[in-house]
Amino acid sequence: MSQRILDRMKERFPDAVGDTHAQHGNETAFVARERIVEVLAFLRDDPELEMNYPSDLTCVDLLGLGDGLGELQREQQGAPQDDKPRFEVVYHLYSVTKKHRVRIKCRVPEDDPTIASVAHLYPSWNWFEREVWDMYGIRFVGHPDLRRIFLYEQFVGHPLRKDYPKEKRQPLIRREGMV
Amino acid sequence: MGLEFTTSRAADAIAWARKFSLFSYPFVTACCGMEFMSTAAPKYDIARFGAEFPRFSPRQADLMLIVGTVTEKMGPILSRVYAQMCEPKWVIAFGVCACTGGFYQNYGTMPGCDQVIPVDVYIPGCPPRPEQVLDGLMLLQEKIQKHQSNYQLRVLSDAP
Repeated sequence: MSQRILDRMKERFPDAVGDTHAQHGNETAFVARERIVEVLAFLRDDPELEMNYPSDLTCVDLLGLGDGLGELQREQQGAPQDDKPRFEVVYHLYSVTKKHRVRIKCRVPEDDPTIASVAHLYPSWNWFEREVWDMYGIRFVGHPDLRRIFLYEQFVGHPLRKDYPKEKRQPLIRREGMV
Repeated sequence: MGLEFTTSRAADAIAWARKFSLFSYPFVTACCGMEFMSTAAPKYDIARFGAEFPRFSPRQADLMLIVGTVTEKMGPILSRVYAQMCEPKWVIAFGVCACTGGFYQNYGTMPGCDQVIPVDVYIPGCPPRPEQVLDGLMLLQEKIQKHQSNYQLRVLSDAP
């Protein structure tokens, strides 16, 4: 049971699938950012895998987590610049028919926060991609309607990025005399 | 021997009538709504204070109950709903989120609905128990009777 999905993915895409990890039936694979669309299309359409339920799409900001050092510590210790990509876009897939699941991760660098949209493969991920754009500022290339989904158009920045100040507010309206 | 006549200032008599016929507009956004329902239901029975009739249009209401978290995105809407209410009008902030933002100190939550509209009574609690809500309502009635609410202060200060 364990590793079956990962093995099949590696067999089909030996060059696109990178590190993998499996524990207690929890299977994770890193996939090259450029190949994400074909890998997910394969997972959906392959009769043995049949990943027909897109359970989640989200993102992780790993700012300062690459080697466990913050910006300041790195400077003090003279440690080399963190060269790990800052973001990870995470896809969770489940198969209702086969009853198995897999987690796909894609590393996305800070200086080019883009990844191909998969909203055409799983229509419900349309809104998930808008959420990730809203909160983390990852641009999904090819998305049909990439607007903010929770926050307002006037909002500047992406609040779940680790460098967004925790209590910074961007009010739309205030009563007279209120700051 | 019954009471044959009584004297009062017209303003006091009107305030007395107003405080026992509050028509509320529940602006319910979050979990505090459950506590609001409990307060309105027969066990605690907000009807005993003459405030049992929720209106679902702000134009017919004179008391706005802001029940739950208000986000920054909701600010302009809240301000507009308040503007649609006829005067005289009063506002109760129901629950700690409506009072100060509560534990949501972040990018999306407004730190208290008094940032946008004037509030007469703040009821803290997460959520407040129905007894607290009734206590808040009685405080508001007291303020109305004493001509101390925000609306009345404004009318008085506008007078020449």
